[in-house]
Amino acid sequence: MNSKTRELILSLNNNKPARKINIMEVCGTHTMAISRYGLRQLIPENINLISGPGCPVCVTPAGDIDWIMEIMEQYEISLFTFGDMLRVPGTRSSLYGKRSEGKDINICYSPSDALDFARKNPVKKVIFLAIGFETTIPLTAVIVKRAYLEKINNFYIFNTHKLIPEALELLVNDREIKIDAFLCPGHVSVIIGSKPYGFLAKNYGIPCVISGFEPEDILQSIAMILEQIKKETAEIEIQYRRVVKEEGNPAAVRLIYEIFDKSDSTWRGLGNISGSGLKLKDRFLKFDAGTQFPVKKIRSGEPAGCECGNVLKGIKRPFECRLFSKTCKPESPVGTCMVSREGSCAAYYKYERKHKNIKSDTKNLYKNR
Amino acid sequence: MCLAIPAKIIKINKKTATVETLGVKKEIDISLVPGVRTGDFVIVHAGFAIQSIDKEDAVSIQNYWKEYLDEQQN
Repeated sequence: MNSKTRELILSLNNNKPARKINIMEVCGTHTMAISRYGLRQLIPENINLISGPGCPVCVTPAGDIDWIMEIMEQYEISLFTFGDMLRVPGTRSSLYGKRSEGKDINICYSPSDALDFARKNPVKKVIFLAIGFETTIPLTAVIVKRAYLEKINNFYIFNTHKLIPEALELLVNDREIKIDAFLCPGHVSVIIGSKPYGFLAKNYGIPCVISGFEPEDILQSIAMILEQIKKETAEIEIQYRRVVKEEGNPAAVRLIYEIFDKSDSTWRGLGNISGSGLKLKDRFLKFDAGTQFPVKKIRSGEPAGCECGNVLKGIKRPFECRLFSKTCKPESPVGTCMVSREGSCAAYYKYERKHKNIKSDTKNLYKNR
Repeated sequence: MCLAIPAKIIKINKKTATVETLGVKKEIDISLVPGVRTGDFVIVHAGFAIQSIDKEDAVSIQNYWKEYLDEQQN
């Protein structure tokens, strides 16, 4: 821990807020950093850091996994996606299970890998399982546009992309949780900038700070949030100015809406959120795997006893799920929040199990140093 | 999932570029960052540059990600 981090922790502890403050982070990498550095244990007890739906893998509903697996079952497909998606449980199995049955399922580093494969193998039907928030959506937009311009006829996307600000609005309107402020995601904001969060401050009076990922970034962002609360203001501030610009990446945003229109989308745990998803515009529909490979939808359900839904909404902590670290572990996950390395349950499992009941002790230890 | 790591552009070839990141050379797509030049620093997400970034910031951020990724792989 460097001296700046130490100073920030001391300052937060010396300027403890007068009331309990709930700050939600909506980025899996923030969740990981908070757990990894034990930040929850180092800040005042009445600052409650809650993990929200910040991991795209975690918010993918079982229905989407069931749907793509049904497509794989009924058609001869080469599927490409990011690694963690293979382990996401559907109702009956996972893509990993399908791969061990001999289906052609490939992990890619970049969405371009899927398009390259389609280009080189014109007789194969290639689907890219497109997942991710605004950070990743422009990448999918690039490859769809490229496939369109190059007239590639054997390439498709199975689109599960989701938009963050719309989900945040659902959360602030949820009666079960009270969110006082958001720690907004750094890399989503690289693309969208700070303006799309504006309604949270303006309409709901919620302070938002776009934060970097290092411990001092997160601590400084918390200090900025507390300062807004103290002054009774609500603004969208950027702490991560090294990387995030107010306007974001306008070229990337323009491209997203050249290819996609906003649509509704179903989030695991949060249900259907109006305007939180994207669908290909009509002229690109020939690349839509869902339309091009029709299947009869199977009845989907979430695993019994799994609390991922409540964990994703910040209503429950991973410890409060009775499956946590018993039947649900990183090597044999039941729910998505344990599947992704950046899921709340995986982060708590790896770093915070030892802190389960000793939050105040840890903080006192630090203060006595 | 949304990881994005700083990289230095070594050579540009139309829509792609060779970059150096964490000591490794890679080919990435630069179509989302129009106007970047050789020697510029960008942050890279899943094989695509998504934003330009100052050299000093890139170097400081890179160290953090190196440590982060090393730990994730172990």
